[in-house]
Amino acid sequence: MNRVEQTKAALEAIFPVEEQEQNESTQVAAEEAVENEPSIERQTGVITTPFEKHGSHLDVLCEPSQVVDIAVILDENDFFLESIAGVDWLKKEQLEIVYDYARYDHDQCRVTVRASVPRSKPVVPTISLVIPGANWHERETFDFYGIIFEGHPDLTRILLPEDADFFPLLKDYMP
Amino acid sequence: MTLPVELRHDETFVLNLGPQHPATHGVLRVKLTMDGEYIVKAEPVLGYVHRMHEKLAEVAPYAQFMPNTARMDYLHALAFNHGYALVVEKAAGIEVPERAEYIRVITVELNRIASHLLWWAAFLLDLGGFTPLLYAFDDREHVIDLLERITGSRLTYCYMRFGGVYNDIDDEFITGTRDFIKRLRSRMPSLYHDLVTHNIILIKRIKDIGFISAEQCRKYGATGPVARGSGIDYDVRKNEPFSVYPELDFDVPVYDECDSMARYMVRMDEMEQSLRIIEQALDKLPDGPVQAKVPKILKPEAGYYYSAVETARGSLGHRLVSDGGKNPYKLKLRSPTFSNLSLFGEVAEGMLLADALAFMGSLDLVIPEIDR
Repeated sequence: MNRVEQTKAALEAIFPVEEQEQNESTQVAAEEAVENEPSIERQTGVITTPFEKHGSHLDVLCEPSQVVDIAVILDENDFFLESIAGVDWLKKEQLEIVYDYARYDHDQCRVTVRASVPRSKPVVPTISLVIPGANWHERETFDFYGIIFEGHPDLTRILLPEDADFFPLLKDYMP
Repeated sequence: MTLPVELRHDETFVLNLGPQHPATHGVLRVKLTMDGEYIVKAEPVLGYVHRMHEKLAEVAPYAQFMPNTARMDYLHALAFNHGYALVVEKAAGIEVPERAEYIRVITVELNRIASHLLWWAAFLLDLGGFTPLLYAFDDREHVIDLLERITGSRLTYCYMRFGGVYNDIDDEFITGTRDFIKRLRSRMPSLYHDLVTHNIILIKRIKDIGFISAEQCRKYGATGPVARGSGIDYDVRKNEPFSVYPELDFDVPVYDECDSMARYMVRMDEMEQSLRIIEQALDKLPDGPVQAKVPKILKPEAGYYYSAVETARGSLGHRLVSDGGKNPYKLKLRSPTFSNLSLFGEVAEGMLLADALAFMGSLDLVIPEIDR
């Protein structure tokens, strides 16, 4: 069992069983979907993605409430946080948060965790209490997108001026 | 009448280090809460050279972002070129000719040496030694001249293209590079190691200072020489081979001491490894084209793409989200020193101010890359 399979098994534990079975039956279809479109629509769960094409071994789509549980599992498996990115899907009225994890290992396993929140109420729990390195990345995402990381110890502007009242990476932001 | 000032023993005061301070190498501000000469709390304040490159990426076609990549890490600009080219090639499914990949590796490694030389010079300048700067800049000048010859610029390169490089290398470049390898190898033991590395003043300043444990590195996502100085064997070139690195034989220097000296030694050893890579790449350099046929307007398939490369400071990631259009829908840059600096506050607590400056120098910060 290699690292990718181990991590996949560990992560699948937090998704409910019936959902997991559905995922397995539609696995092939889901993988095709990942290659064809941004697949923000696909069901929550863990799927393997071709590393040569997407640069990530596992793609996890989860509910915003599950990001902390996933961070705990990945932290226990010696992953480190590469970055947190926001994506503004203006047409779908959603903001997506993309977490990238990797390991200091020759048996590579990169994990992408994605969660979407409505644009009108962009709130997601913070993972900075589990992974202190997430602190600045979350502040940056708040800075650019206005996503509120609930429970963050110091959610203030980091790169923009402290008195800025706009979120520049939103697609409808006009300077 | 003036009242006598009584300082209570537990009283602290706030000291601003920067944004205009020579030891912060640019415009980084650190808000220090001091108890005498000791740091109680250190809070880096970022954003003084923030230019919002990520928004600029979204408003222009893929190719137009290439010059911007060099303006982030101006010391290792070619690695940023390379990382961006790789992620777009991955998304658009572009094959790169082998010769172009070899040329990319040669130029990126030359640039890495130039970056380490400048770090070395500036670090020792922070510690009060002026002479090393003159030696390092002398050698760096040779690298810059070589790169200028083929890329056309001296610092902010825009040399890579999707599917290749902009310009082929010539015989004069190859001879010049071989001469440079000989020159740096002959100067390294005497001028660099005898004069500085074994110097007791340097050792007293940086040995056992700035202790970062491997666990702290992992918690904060530190990579590059900072992680390798803490005993973590992680180098994207080895762990997640890209380009033609798997075909080249080189070692990843790792030191277990976790202090500033270990990080210093990692970088010094890396220069020799880069020379080895360049030497082999020049020997193996195949003939052929340096640019693949690529459509003028790229429209990669919609999807999520990630690509990592190793810069002089650590793992640089590009997170690209495409919606199938001609502009990147989202391009997030994971700059290595952003994560490396985030552990500064925790490590600097309880340190002497003078030691914290030596520690900060050993992190090899490039501020425009943190602020993007």
